Amino acid sequence: MELISPTEFAKSRVLAVQEYALLSARAIANLFQQPRYIPDTLQQADIIGVGSLPIVVLTGFFTGAVLALQSANTLQRFGSLSLIGELVSESMVRELGPVLTGLMVAGRNSSGMASELGSMKVTEQIDAMRALGTDPTKKLVTPRLVGTVVMLFFLSIISDFVGLAGGAFVSGTMLGLDSRQYWSRAWQSLAFADVFMGLAKPVCFGFIVASIGCYYGLSAKGGTQGVGRATTQAVVAASVLILVVDFFLTRFLMVVLPGF
Amino acid sequence: MSPPPLMVAASQPAPAETRPIAVQFDDVAIAFEGKMVLEGISFQLLRGENKTLLGVAGAGKSTILKLVLGLIRPGRGRIIVLGHEITQMSEAELFELRRKIGMVFQESALFDSHTVRENVAYPLHEDRSLTENEIERRVQEALRFVELEHTLDLMPAELSGGMRRRVAIARALVAQPEILLYDSPTGGLDPVTSTTILELIVKQRDVYHTSSLMVTHRLQDAFLLATHSFDAKTNAMKVIEPGAAAGAHTSFLLLRDGKIIFDGAASDLARSHDAYVREYLSQE
Repeated sequence: MELISPTEFAKSRVLAVQEYALLSARAIANLFQQPRYIPDTLQQADIIGVGSLPIVVLTGFFTGAVLALQSANTLQRFGSLSLIGELVSESMVRELGPVLTGLMVAGRNSSGMASELGSMKVTEQIDAMRALGTDPTKKLVTPRLVGTVVMLFFLSIISDFVGLAGGAFVSGTMLGLDSRQYWSRAWQSLAFADVFMGLAKPVCFGFIVASIGCYYGLSAKGGTQGVGRATTQAVVAASVLILVVDFFLTRFLMVVLPGF
Repeated sequence: MSPPPLMVAASQPAPAETRPIAVQFDDVAIAFEGKMVLEGISFQLLRGENKTLLGVAGAGKSTILKLVLGLIRPGRGRIIVLGHEITQMSEAELFELRRKIGMVFQESALFDSHTVRENVAYPLHEDRSLTENEIERRVQEALRFVELEHTLDLMPAELSGGMRRRVAIARALVAQPEILLYDSPTGGLDPVTSTTILELIVKQRDVYHTSSLMVTHRLQDAFLLATHSFDAKTNAMKVIEPGAAAGAHTSFLLLRDGKIIFDGAASDLARSHDAYVREYLSQE
C-alpha cells in the first residue's frame, strides 16, 4: 500500500469536500435553469421509488413489529402495555421510519448511481455527453436528486404506516391488545412537531443519497476496479452521513420546533 | 515497413489565406500531476482541411482533441475554435460550441443503455428545435451513410467493434458539425473493418468537406487518407492520380514527447530528413 504524506491526504480530503459541494450546488441551481430533463426525472423516480418499495415495506413492517415485541417486556413491567401504540408511533414517525428508509435506499440506490455513473465515466460516456453539448449534472445528477428526494419523502410515509401496522400485528396477535386502542393511542400521540420532523428528515436523506451516489460515480477512475471502489465508498459515505446528519437535524429541530 | 508510395505531391493545398481557420493552437501547454503532457503546441486547422495527428502512445495526441472540445483546459496558451477563444469560455458557453463539433471516441463511447437509434438521435434531441419526424429522417440518413440502417433498434452490446465505431461516426456527424474529431477510429479493429472506417472518413471529407482532426498511431491509415479520395460513382475509395486536386487538404502533424516535430503535407513528411521522423516512418 502506497503511503502518502498527511498534508497530501488533508489536501485531497478538502478538495473532495469542495468538489462535492460544487456538484451539489450545481445540481440545485439546475432546477432553475433550462433545459429540464423531465422524462429522466420521472424514470429515476420510478427506479428509486417503485423499485425500493418492496424493501422499504418489508423493513418498515418488521421494524415496527420487533419494536412492539421488544418494548412490550419493559412496558409490561410498569403495567403500561397500552402505551405500545404511542411508543411505536413516535419511534417510527420521528426516527426509525425516515432513518431506516434512508439507509435502505442508500444501500440500494447510492450504490446503483455510483456504479452506473462510474461505468459511464470510465468508458468515456460522460465525456461523450459533454462533447455532444449536454451538461452531465443537468442530465444525470439533477434528475436523480429530484427523484430521490421526492420518492424518499413518500417512501418514509409508507414505511411509517407499515411500521405501525407491524406493531399492530404483534400487539393484536401476540400481546392480546385491542387493535382499536393501539391505533387510537398511536394516532393521538402524534403532534405537529413529530410529523414535521418525520417529513423533514427524508428530504435531507434523499439529498444525501443522490448527491453522494452521483459524486462518487462521477469521480470514479481506474477501470472496473475504480467503479467497484466508488460503489462501496458511496454506500458507506451515504449511510454514515445519514446517521450523522440525523443526530444534528434531530437536535436542531428539537430546538426550533414547539412541542419538544 | 516503408511508407506507401505517395501520389499527392502535385495536389498542394489551396493557399492558407484563402481559407478561414477552424482550429488554432497558440503555444498551448498542459501538465497532469506535475508531468508535462503538451508543451508549446502551435498549429492551425483550416476549414475543410483534414489533419492527422501522429505519434507514439503517450505523445499527447488524444489530449489535443480533448483540448479542442474544451473537455480539459490548458495550463498555458490560447485555443481558438470556430472563431471563439475557448480558454476564456465558461462551461455553459462551451456546451453551445460543442454542438458544432463531432467527436468519435477511441472506444466509441456509445451510451450503452440506449439503442442505436437513441444514440444517433441524441445530439438532435438536445437541439430541441427539431420535430420527431425530422429527427428520425436524419438518424436514418446518418445510419445509411455508415451502412448500418438495419441496426436501428439494436443495443450497442449487440454490435461488433467495427459496427460500434461506425455508429459513433453516425452520431458524430448527424448534427452536421463544422469540425470532426476522430480519436484512433481504427484502433483495435481488423484490417478490413479499418478500411471500411477510413472509407467513411474519406467520404465525409470529400463529400461534406468537414474540417477534421484524426488521431492515429497507424501510419498506413494516415497515408491511405492522403493518397485516396472518395468516388461517388462507385461509392468507394480510389487512389488519387498525380495532379488531381482531390485529397489536397490532408496534412500531418507528428508529436514527440508532447511537442510538435513535424507539421505539413504528406509528401513533405515522406521527404523529411529529420532523424526521428525517418525512424518513426521506418518503424511504422
